[in-house]
Amino acid sequence: MTIYITRRLLQMLIVLAIITIVVFFVMRLMPGDPLYIYISRTGNLANMSFDQIEELRVQYGLDRPLMTQYFDWVSGVFRGDFGDSVMYNRSVGSLLKDRFPVTIILGVPALIISSVLGISAGIIAAIWRDKWLDKIVTPLAYIGITIPVFWLGILMIYGIGLKLGWLPINGYTSPFDDFWLSIRQLIMPVICLSVFGIAANARQMRSSMLEVIWQDYIRTAWAKGLTQRTVILKHALKNSISPVVTLIGLSVGIVFGGNVLVETVFTIPGIGYLATMSVLNQDYIVVQSVTFIMALVILTANLIVDLTYAWLDPRIRYD
Amino acid sequence: MVSKAATEYFLEAPPRINEWRRFIRVFFKRGIVVFGLVILLAMLFMGIFAEWVAPYDPYENNLRSSLAQPSADHLLGTDNVGRDTLSRLIFGARTALIVGFTTVFLSAAIGVLLGLIAGYFGHFLGMLIMRVMDALMCFPMIMLALLVSAVLGGGMRNVIIALTFASVPIYARVVNGLTLSIKQNDYIMAEKAMGSSSKRIVFGHILPNSLPPIIVLITLQLGSIILAEAGLSFLSIGISAPEAAWGSMVNDGYKYLMSNPMLSISPGIAIMLVVFAFNLVGDGLRDALDPRLRGYL
Repeated sequence: MTIYITRRLLQMLIVLAIITIVVFFVMRLMPGDPLYIYISRTGNLANMSFDQIEELRVQYGLDRPLMTQYFDWVSGVFRGDFGDSVMYNRSVGSLLKDRFPVTIILGVPALIISSVLGISAGIIAAIWRDKWLDKIVTPLAYIGITIPVFWLGILMIYGIGLKLGWLPINGYTSPFDDFWLSIRQLIMPVICLSVFGIAANARQMRSSMLEVIWQDYIRTAWAKGLTQRTVILKHALKNSISPVVTLIGLSVGIVFGGNVLVETVFTIPGIGYLATMSVLNQDYIVVQSVTFIMALVILTANLIVDLTYAWLDPRIRYD
Repeated sequence: MVSKAATEYFLEAPPRINEWRRFIRVFFKRGIVVFGLVILLAMLFMGIFAEWVAPYDPYENNLRSSLAQPSADHLLGTDNVGRDTLSRLIFGARTALIVGFTTVFLSAAIGVLLGLIAGYFGHFLGMLIMRVMDALMCFPMIMLALLVSAVLGGGMRNVIIALTFASVPIYARVVNGLTLSIKQNDYIMAEKAMGSSSKRIVFGHILPNSLPPIIVLITLQLGSIILAEAGLSFLSIGISAPEAAWGSMVNDGYKYLMSNPMLSISPGIAIMLVVFAFNLVGDGLRDALDPRLRGYL
């Protein structure tokens, strides 16, 4: 196990290094000089002399070789210094500190709902395969993976928010300021964000459960005269638990990706909305930082999944 | 000379007609798959012959009839500058399909090649390729597309580049896994013993044997790509008006949700239908080509 963990950690470090390279150099592929974009957004480009521009270039370290700039950026990021946002005129670090908790408050319930509901729905559909419950769950799951989240959000705003007037249609309030208003504002976005995850998890769980159900040891368990409860929970579920772990890990990525759209539809000031706004306003340093943070979270989730997986299923460690 | 005849005997393809018949039978057995195929063919037809199918010019402004409610003249009404919604939906099918097919073929070509190289040659190069793919997989697809769009700007070409960038790793990972397992077979060993070149083994044996899952993956990916393009266009980062794209139509209609709900709702239905159809056909192909893939793809 120790060898496996060490190897996995080393791999993660390599992947992390590649992530920083991708994030940094993709931004530098941008046509045009980052400095000119910066100046044209903050000050008056026409009024600046050549010397002044060169001075700024030195000030922002843009005169140094690309590799030096890269290592500066990486070492800054690991000290929590991401640079400054042009649009908000403050450090990206403090901006993220404000926005990230919002995304967590929206994302964690969605993650829990999509894992719990999706996995249970998948198990139910597999046990009663081709019975009426399966005939409801399977098509619903099909619809769930095809429905565009942003459109679902708009439908909910139209039906539940505007026509029925049951829930507020947008905005965000911290649960520490006004708990009930916060809950009411979060209901629609959380449902919207969970739908794809529930559906994807249910489909995957159903097929991995169906695979296990035909194994010989399950037949033996039935033949021994065990109750359905015991067979399903103790024998079948235990053997299809590894895919469950993978599913929860994948859901982290699904929730983060969906967040970008859902936060924009419901104007919730999390990092997803921040990303969209920064792309539209050409606030490149923010885009770069948000992308990096998201990749870091997903990378960590993947690592936890792999380690849990290896812990649950010893065969994994030796391949 | 005898050996040549012998190899030809062994290398001869298995009887194809039965395979093909079995494929057709399984594929068309489920009504719902046929339903998906019909939707797809209808969408393809609309996309290709949009000029003839659409009742109006999708780009023509007519301020006198702006924001018209659905009527006999305009079945789905008109938008804020008087463009016919139905015609824009039909031209939107063209946009979605062009983005979908181009992206999928580009990313499949690159991803499959990378997966084959990484899986067959392994060692340092393979390790490096797969770690880069792992790194790209850590970004949510829409975020990677956002990053690339932030650099390149919007428009159809850039959306295609962004989505290709984001979906290459999926193919590379699947094909890498397939190559690693196919490589273990005895017939590959035999080929090597006969002194076949790597090129021949990779393109003559490994690639053809990995084709069924690749075809299924491509079909399922078409749906995901169209969904992602709609998402980007919805965020005003992808393809925007006057071009007809479903995602941006949902966004543009959002402002008139109370008075003209169809502006936002109808393009969403179109997106769902296409993605739904691609998934149905993909699942049908999977069951017909290789039922063992159930649960993997």
